[in-house]
Amino acid sequence: MNKPHTPSSEISLELLRKRDRAEFARLVEAYSGMVYRLAIKLLADAQDAEDVLQETFIKAYHHLPEFDGRAQVSTWLYRIATNEALMLLRRRKHPVLSIDEPSEEDTQGTQPVHIVDWCCLPEDELMSSEARAYLDQAVAQLTPNLRAVFLLRDVEGLSTRQTAEVLKLSETAVKTRLSRARLQLREALSAYYAERMPDRLPREEGAA
Amino acid sequence: MERESCQRLLESLSEYIDGALREDLCQELEKHMKECENCRIVVDTLRKTIYLYQVNAPLTEMPSSVRRRLYHRLELDEFLDDA
Repeated sequence: MNKPHTPSSEISLELLRKRDRAEFARLVEAYSGMVYRLAIKLLADAQDAEDVLQETFIKAYHHLPEFDGRAQVSTWLYRIATNEALMLLRRRKHPVLSIDEPSEEDTQGTQPVHIVDWCCLPEDELMSSEARAYLDQAVAQLTPNLRAVFLLRDVEGLSTRQTAEVLKLSETAVKTRLSRARLQLREALSAYYAERMPDRLPREEGAA
Repeated sequence: MERESCQRLLESLSEYIDGALREDLCQELEKHMKECENCRIVVDTLRKTIYLYQVNAPLTEMPSSVRRRLYHRLELDEFLDDA
């Protein structure tokens, strides 16, 4: 799992609340990489990701006095960043879509169709630059609801509880969405990697 | 994945992979996978899918120009070289 780059000594909340500039700089240094990664994967756009990154730390700075330290700093920053990114996505594509309502799209494509065992492909094939671009593309195809849960849980390595906290969802909803996201991604990756299997034709419709 | 038992287990796969599935369901699933090649493949490829995203994550790095502009926007330019 990917932990944020942690500074050599703990960041002092007390100093942060007093708006200590040097301490704030340490916070930015420690957590900007993970915020940027989440933003770019959520938005699939470098400029939007940069905007979200900047907005996240501006908001964090303004709200520092209210941060009570009950949640981890990383969880708190993920929450601000995710909200910013989802707001941007909503403005961009779905002006009236609520992120709390499971949409019909969420449940599509979870049914396994590609049953090909591509696990044995060599690592350099699985991780080629083309394959990596495809991984990003597959995530971008998920609905924002599913994408956010998947990125927080499986890419950023948050627990179910932390993810629920960030997204203000129940843990059950996190699990359901995670399951759908993973199955949809498995499907997408299977379609991609099956074509790269040396001597086996992909079997469709998974008849037993 | 046409059989009813495959269908029913599909919803449990994600939790199974996380090691968070109830013991009795785990056993049921493992027993089923011994007999059902398709389900075994779905579990293996699902696990591999997650693995690939995890190993790829650290490869996404913030460009230094983005970092510079962030520090500038936050009026933290003086701290840029410290880190």
